[in-house]
Amino acid sequence: MNTTTKLPPGRRLRWNGTLIAGIVMFAIVALIALVAPMIYSGQAATLTGESNLGSEPGHLLGTDALGRDMLARTLVATRTTVLMALAATAIAAVLGVGFGIAVWLAPPRIRNLGLRLIEFFISYPGLLLAIIVAAILGQGAITAVIAVAVASIAGFARLTANLASGIASRQYITTARLLGVPGYRIAIRHVLPNMAEPMLIITAQAFAGALVEISGLSFVGLGTQAPYYDYGTLLADSLSKIMTNPILLVGPAVAIIFVSMAALFVGDGLAAAANPRSNAKQAQMSARVDEGSSLDVPTDAVLVADGIRVSHIESGREIVSDVSFTIGRGEIVGIVGESGSGKSLTASVVSCLLQDGLEASARRLTLGHTDLLGRVPQAELASRIGLVYQDPGTALNPALTLGSQLTDVLRTRLGFSRREARKALIAAFKDVLMPDPEGRLRQNPHELSGGMNQRAMIASAMSVEPELLIADEPTTALDVTVQREVLTLINRLNSERGTAVLFISHDLGVVRRLCDRVLVMQQGQIVEHITSMDDLTVERAQHPYTKQLLAATPVVNVDSMEDA
Amino acid sequence: MSKTVVNVANLDVRFGAAHVLQDVSFSLSAGTTVGVVGESGSGKSTLAKALVGTVPAAAGEIWVDGLDVRHATRSELARYRRRTQMIPQDPFSSLSPRRTIGQTLAEAIEPGRGRVRPHQDRIVDWLERVGLEGAMMDRFPHEFSGGQRQRVAIARGLILNPTMVIADEITSALDVSVQAQILELLAEIQDSLDLTMMFISHNLAVVQRVSDEVLVLYRGVVVERGPVEQIFTDPQHWYTRSLLEADPGSPGFSLDALPMASVTTPTQ
Repeated sequence: MNTTTKLPPGRRLRWNGTLIAGIVMFAIVALIALVAPMIYSGQAATLTGESNLGSEPGHLLGTDALGRDMLARTLVATRTTVLMALAATAIAAVLGVGFGIAVWLAPPRIRNLGLRLIEFFISYPGLLLAIIVAAILGQGAITAVIAVAVASIAGFARLTANLASGIASRQYITTARLLGVPGYRIAIRHVLPNMAEPMLIITAQAFAGALVEISGLSFVGLGTQAPYYDYGTLLADSLSKIMTNPILLVGPAVAIIFVSMAALFVGDGLAAAANPRSNAKQAQMSARVDEGSSLDVPTDAVLVADGIRVSHIESGREIVSDVSFTIGRGEIVGIVGESGSGKSLTASVVSCLLQDGLEASARRLTLGHTDLLGRVPQAELASRIGLVYQDPGTALNPALTLGSQLTDVLRTRLGFSRREARKALIAAFKDVLMPDPEGRLRQNPHELSGGMNQRAMIASAMSVEPELLIADEPTTALDVTVQREVLTLINRLNSERGTAVLFISHDLGVVRRLCDRVLVMQQGQIVEHITSMDDLTVERAQHPYTKQLLAATPVVNVDSMEDA
Repeated sequence: MSKTVVNVANLDVRFGAAHVLQDVSFSLSAGTTVGVVGESGSGKSTLAKALVGTVPAAAGEIWVDGLDVRHATRSELARYRRRTQMIPQDPFSSLSPRRTIGQTLAEAIEPGRGRVRPHQDRIVDWLERVGLEGAMMDRFPHEFSGGQRQRVAIARGLILNPTMVIADEITSALDVSVQAQILELLAEIQDSLDLTMMFISHNLAVVQRVSDEVLVLYRGVVVERGPVEQIFTDPQHWYTRSLLEADPGSPGFSLDALPMASVTTPTQ
């Protein structure tokens, strides 16, 4: 089991229905393209006297003006059409990726010129561009391929340039630069391999586009010329008979749709496979009945969590096992542990925000008298549990002012009017000692420092006067001086209002200063429950893991030898 | 007195109108570690970048290992950067996901061609020195934990036998027990190679553990510098004292008085 679970999601190909359907359809197309010309080319080219027949046995899709069987012609045309579309896609991909990389490697001024050029071509509809190019180059299958390729280059170039600039900010690129690796080597070694997935997806889509465009060119007479034919020419030939013998249209029309659907399915399937979240099963939370509860529930408990279990739905692997605790009114309970210990998952179960792909169960999970395992209305959750996240920079929407986004909960969930919500938020801002609270409401998050944004988050979480505040690493992204301010704030709100606090952190130093009780988690289990902060030392902690954590935590030593 | 490796005098760095570093001066002798502390936006990382010449200085002098970094030619800079290595912060984005560990290390040795085979012995040797196994060279980064990746990043930084290493927040993305191992590893390697090191961190306790000397940066200005014992036990500047008091491990730490939100705005 370990060997498979060690692989991160996305490394394995995640099969999904769309991808399988696309591949099967594509295999059929490939088979037809390979085999049909060998079997049916005679039949497709044979002129017979039975011209303009409708559907009948022997000629299911009818015959054209020269008496040739349309089904055979459609099947035979598959090879030409698919090869042309493939060639156009390949040329476009190679040139587009090359151009995109060249643009990325170029000095800033030329890069900007190149990007504008790409945008200029993107703004032209592909088919229109292809018709113009084909009109200039003249008729013929090869010119149609070139025309369509030219029209699709810009799409590849733009994607490449965009992906490259995204990848370029990763540290391995900067490091390679510092080591003196030449630019083109960086492009080949680091940039191109890391854009393989999106490239594959856009290539499948580009193929579908090229197929339609090539058929379009042939349809208007700019593409394949007699005696050769593809889907487009077949469609053009039969269109004139649309009134008298409409069955002729069915062959080429269905073929174009089928092949481009196959390509689009492959593209969508690959996209879904590359994004493991898209096909994760919805999160589930349920009650579990079993023996073994050893939880002592005090009468004043605000939150009771008894036997929380979280497991991965697909693999069945248990990530959090049997975690139980209570938080009383006015208590601050900390959960500490290293990454992967399950501390944040435990918090997400308590806040009913479990992510998709996971399922949770518990013997009991109650907030006051409400069973959190049942269906709890969103509005009730929003008013009774306050949440503060690690990074205020990503938890806040940069495009909205603090006022408009932080009053959301009050207005939509609690039915406050605009003015009431504003007033409540200003009061909350004053509570967290924000200077100039009215002015802050009109500011966007980027205009404030990280500490100020975190204050705003706390103010907003506390504005609904929740019974429970869940703070998941709320100070990890902050500087020490700001961290102290935020901790002081949480401490004060807790003691003034009696709000129960669940405080998740990896920092034992912080937890020791703030919490009343601490749960130490390791690999999804609580290994130690510390009820007095005096016991949070290497000497007095019981569990070896707690001791190890404490020993590893560096502590500043500000005592010089003389004074103590 | 051992040889001076780094000499920075009156360094100024500006981004447009913003003064990111102002009148920064310090020197560093061979085999010592200088810790650079300060809050975000204080100019710690900019100082590192100015040292390797990726951020241009507006004024002042930077001499490292006998090279005038500000006025060096391109090829001098290229050679210099092979002797002055940066170890990056985030072990998850500092290794290319599609290259094996061996390829990543080979690239450091031979940036142009990056062949693995001719350098295999050296790669295996360094993997073992940072506590990994030689056989791991054929594996990809996603098969490693954060701590193991940071070991690879350290091996990459040291495989060229640099005179100086700049470690920019190299443990801040790691768990405490992994952090402890990495710090121990660095200390061991430094002892055996007589490395000069600049250790940038916002974590005062970590800086105290690894540094011989400390620079305290506040808004681009060095407000205090001195031997590590002096900075931690007898800080002179108010900012150094407030940093120390804000550390949850220090005796002066208190959650009682809520200071008015500091009126600091993010650096422009």
